[in-house]
Amino acid sequence: MNKKETSVSDMEEMLEKLKAMTDTKDSDFAEQITNMEKLIESKKKNIYSNLTPWETVQIARHHKRPVLDDYIKLLFTDFIELHGDRRFGDDRGLIGGFAKIDGQPIMLIGHNKGKNVDENVIRNFGMAKPEGYRKALRLMKLAEKFNVPIVTFIDTPGAYPGLEAEERGQAEAIARNLVEMAQIKVPIVCVVTGEGGSGGALGIGVGDSILMLSNSIYSVISPEGCASIIWRDGTMAQKAAEALKITASSLKELKVIDEIIDEPLGGAHNDYPSTVKSVKNVVLKHLKKYKGNSESKLLKKRFEKYSNIGVFNK
Amino acid sequence: MAWFSKSKSKKENKSSDIWIKCTKCENHIFKEDWHNNLNVCPKCNYHSKISAYERIGLILDSGTFDEINISIYPADPLGFVDAKESYKDKVAKTRKKTGLNEAIVTGTGEINGIKVVVAVMDFRFMGGSLGSGTGEKILQASNYSYDKKIPFIIFSASGGARMHEGILSLMQMAKTCAGIARLDERKVPFISVLTDPTTGGVSASYAMVGDLNIAEPGALIGFAGRRVIEHTIKQKLPDDFQTSEYLLEHGFIDFIANRSEMKNKLYQVLSFYNR
Ligand SMILES: [Zn+2]
Repeated sequence: MNKKETSVSDMEEMLEKLKAMTDTKDSDFAEQITNMEKLIESKKKNIYSNLTPWETVQIARHHKRPVLDDYIKLLFTDFIELHGDRRFGDDRGLIGGFAKIDGQPIMLIGHNKGKNVDENVIRNFGMAKPEGYRKALRLMKLAEKFNVPIVTFIDTPGAYPGLEAEERGQAEAIARNLVEMAQIKVPIVCVVTGEGGSGGALGIGVGDSILMLSNSIYSVISPEGCASIIWRDGTMAQKAAEALKITASSLKELKVIDEIIDEPLGGAHNDYPSTVKSVKNVVLKHLKKYKGNSESKLLKKRFEKYSNIGVFNK
Repeated sequence: MAWFSKSKSKKENKSSDIWIKCTKCENHIFKEDWHNNLNVCPKCNYHSKISAYERIGLILDSGTFDEINISIYPADPLGFVDAKESYKDKVAKTRKKTGLNEAIVTGTGEINGIKVVVAVMDFRFMGGSLGSGTGEKILQASNYSYDKKIPFIIFSASGGARMHEGILSLMQMAKTCAGIARLDERKVPFISVLTDPTTGGVSASYAMVGDLNIAEPGALIGFAGRRVIEHTIKQKLPDDFQTSEYLLEHGFIDFIANRSEMKNKLYQVLSFYNR
């Protein structure tokens, strides 16, 4: 939690106390409560419309931010998890399966961050291994066969940098997905919900619509990693976060993403129902866009979309 | 040569016009011998880096290379400034120093009479990093391959994505792979040649998805950096970790070929292409 957030949360605590006093005693603090609520609201508005990139990083990584589990419970119905890559194992850091959104069948694939240490040990903090990316590809092929659109939820610090991951071909697994996702013959809608960590994010991030929650980030390298390479000083992460242009609004300007999904005031972690509602509406809107498109039109447009990404001189 | 390694004196610096010290076996080799051996150490077979045009000279039949998109060079979409200088200045300096406009040279040519499209990375241009211009050149080369149904060969030599272009650099991985994905539609071969080093975002995109992946001996090939992995798993990695030989053993490389035999190997493979 950053400093600005702390001051808001102090005020919120006070508000709770006032309310509690109203409940227990006969005294009436109605006016104070209303004033306090207004103050908090305006303070939040002020804070959240003026976040620095580094503050956005903290919110994107917030331990209370909704993770895939929450979206599975609150946004989707009928989730049937499908396990395993049929080659090596079942990655708990990246999961997927059939699900329904507003009654429509889709294939849901996403990084599986946990919210506490125990969960994160099992789920490897949402850092996928080759078997995770290969499972994702298997499920995408299955979606193609079943003719259901694919929705991916991206939230990872990055692909897992470990000995076994290298041994089993982390690079090949991600690369294969980039090639295959360019040609999968059903619509793909990708949503960056928290951290879009480099190749680990992109490995399930190629699609027809790329969406980002307003306080999420998407970057070629973590600000810490960039700082240690470019400034040879990990503490320059704040500066790197600015230089790398990793916020949703920057990515929109760079024409990398299609739409920003507004989070409720105070960030997604402060209001799950509103967050879920916004995500649902925007995802549905984008799924609708591709309904009835022929396969060839879909692939042609996807190819054009990626052909046009990049800025260079000639 | 032992007498040389004893003293890293001024003498050695002065003699650097004549000698090259192999970074692998640390032997000192006559510069002339080194170059005559295609920048490969005659003592230990270490394949050091060579420039894109030198490589083209080794692979394509003389006089057949026709360069495309030579004028593409980096823009500065983020207005990126690092500790020392701006990306803009860095690019200007690098262009001047290397005579290259981007980290890759693309074009068409022939290998023993077989027509090919080639894209050859040059490590001297910002560590062969993948920027928007690099990605565009690869895509256009693969599009040419697709249109004309000519086999496509990429020679990789890259530290990975170009941080100075942020997310646009990451997206070049998807862009280049979208181009390569189309080649299957028309049954156009794509051969990836991995040279030292092929790491990060380049290994996790076009370099690892060749119909054939061929590597030069001893090249560093991998996704995550050694130090990052050691830090994550808190243990030392084996010496041969992330080498061509290691990747061959783990099933990600079709074969390893010496620089001197690369052209002939490519020719042999392409001669099986029956379309
Ligand atoms: Zn040597």
